[in-house]
Amino acid sequence: MNKLSAESYQKIDAAIAKYPPEHKQSAVMAALTIAQDERGWLSPETLKEIADYLDISPLAVYEVATFYTMYHLKSVGRYTLTVCTNLPCALQGANRTAEHLKKILNIDWGETTQDGMFTLLSGECMGACGEGPVLLRNNKTMCGNMTPQAVDSLLAELCRSRKGDADVG
Amino acid sequence: MSDNFFDFGADALLLAGLNGKNWRLEDYVARGGYRALKKILANPGHWTSDQVIAEIKLSMLRGRGGAGFPTGMKWSFMPKDAPVKYIVCNADEGEPGTFKDRDLLRYNPHLVLEGMIIAGYAMGCRRGYMYVHGEIWEVYERCEEAVAEARMANLLGNHILGSSFSFDIFNHHGFGAYVCGEETSLLESLEGKKGRPRYKPPFPANVGLYGKPTTINNVETLANVPFIVDKGGQWFLDLNGTMAGGTKIFSISGDVARPGNYEFPLGIPFSKLLLKAGGMRDGLGLKAVIPGGSSAPVLPAAVMLETNLDYDSIAKAGSMMGSGAVIIMNETRCMVRSLLRLAEFYHEESCGQCTPCREGTGWLVRVLHRIEHGEGRAEDIDLLDDIARNISGRTICALGDAAAMPIRSFLKHFRDEFVYHIEHRSCQVADYV
Repeated sequence: MNKLSAESYQKIDAAIAKYPPEHKQSAVMAALTIAQDERGWLSPETLKEIADYLDISPLAVYEVATFYTMYHLKSVGRYTLTVCTNLPCALQGANRTAEHLKKILNIDWGETTQDGMFTLLSGECMGACGEGPVLLRNNKTMCGNMTPQAVDSLLAELCRSRKGDADVG
Repeated sequence: MSDNFFDFGADALLLAGLNGKNWRLEDYVARGGYRALKKILANPGHWTSDQVIAEIKLSMLRGRGGAGFPTGMKWSFMPKDAPVKYIVCNADEGEPGTFKDRDLLRYNPHLVLEGMIIAGYAMGCRRGYMYVHGEIWEVYERCEEAVAEARMANLLGNHILGSSFSFDIFNHHGFGAYVCGEETSLLESLEGKKGRPRYKPPFPANVGLYGKPTTINNVETLANVPFIVDKGGQWFLDLNGTMAGGTKIFSISGDVARPGNYEFPLGIPFSKLLLKAGGMRDGLGLKAVIPGGSSAPVLPAAVMLETNLDYDSIAKAGSMMGSGAVIIMNETRCMVRSLLRLAEFYHEESCGQCTPCREGTGWLVRVLHRIEHGEGRAEDIDLLDDIARNISGRTICALGDAAAMPIRSFLKHFRDEFVYHIEHRSCQVADYV
């Protein structure tokens, strides 16, 4: 398998520089995030590559990748949509939003649409309850006030951007 | 970045003058920002580290992350003679209902940075880390921009503003783990490991990040520091009539018309906050309130409506101030189902290190699930209480207690609903969670 891009390695180096030189391991979370941004998910080969680069054991990297829920250890769709269903969001309509998404995409939690566009995930509190219901797109973009209508607009926008092959974030 | 921009309240201190766009360094300086730091560095003979800590002690500032520990006292625990020490800002905000640190950091990041720099000065640290909750990635990026601005202006780095004080801040992001809000778990995570809490003692002030003395403070706690230095600890204490100084950002969510953050002096009546948030959504009646984040005991409406929002008053009412996250439930909500959803959260987020929490949270979910779905047994209520009692105080970190507290309080105040579910073998409320 090809190595991560030079650009990703530059970002990983910038992350390593944030910590004392003898504590490169501190950059593992950032490195995994950067790798996932490039690859979409973390394969065992990618975990090994990061372990080698940080001079730590593959097991240490695997422990981190499995502990934190936003790392994907199997391939996901082009867009992951993680819906918070915790109590505050639920009181503000999150389950209606979730049911709407399941119906429109015709998938359940943890599944990916057949065209590989969307993966639907159930999430825990994202610390944005004031805008609930919230969903997180590709782990990076918080989408607030996600009523079923807002979900429709979001999906339409994402499908359009795919046609133009622009924004992946 | 999505946005619900409301008026934060006329009494706002930390969120005063913000419009969602004026977060940059120049805006902050125009609001009087970095005045406190400049005051210290211009007169280090007066503003010794001891003097800064004395001022914080005088202010009676208490930690805003949930535990409410006096900040000045926490700072004074740091050993004076250690060559390497760290200050860590805990921005791993993931307690259901809590979303104040996100607004502070995205709308006023330099206020938090200035608080951290002053904290670093007071405790003799050369380096600080900001640990940002993984899900709020955009806030992490904003922190990166704000730190870059501060470095450009020599507010961070070597010989800050020409003084003998050197200090820098680095941002670190989480990636989905509630338990990392626990301070020792956060340190493990900063070291690039699974976020599993450490045994205490030793406390982080002695053995913290990389084994060095470390103080971990919440975002909102640090945001108060520049005001205390600039205007004085006594001024801060006098901002309200309670035994703890300052304002508090209340994150109000659930069945209210305008969920959001509102800042008030500590000690205002709960009803005032509810009114500010537009009252109950759809004009429904108030049934219950969780006043301090999902881990705090729930209180019935009648109790809450008589309670003021400050550490002592909420404690007296039988709950806790916690992070200031106020979750509102209306008269149509089922308390069994609400509790089940919270129990699922603690089960999902248990790090698995301690058996009572790892196994106990799973038992709680299964018992609550069968009660909610019409398969409850008469003895289940006592069983829930028994499991919760056996988790409490038997785990390394506070997540065990956090999982147990909602159980015991829901049973205490809303026992009838649990009994009803078991006797009628059903839930009478339409699905919402």
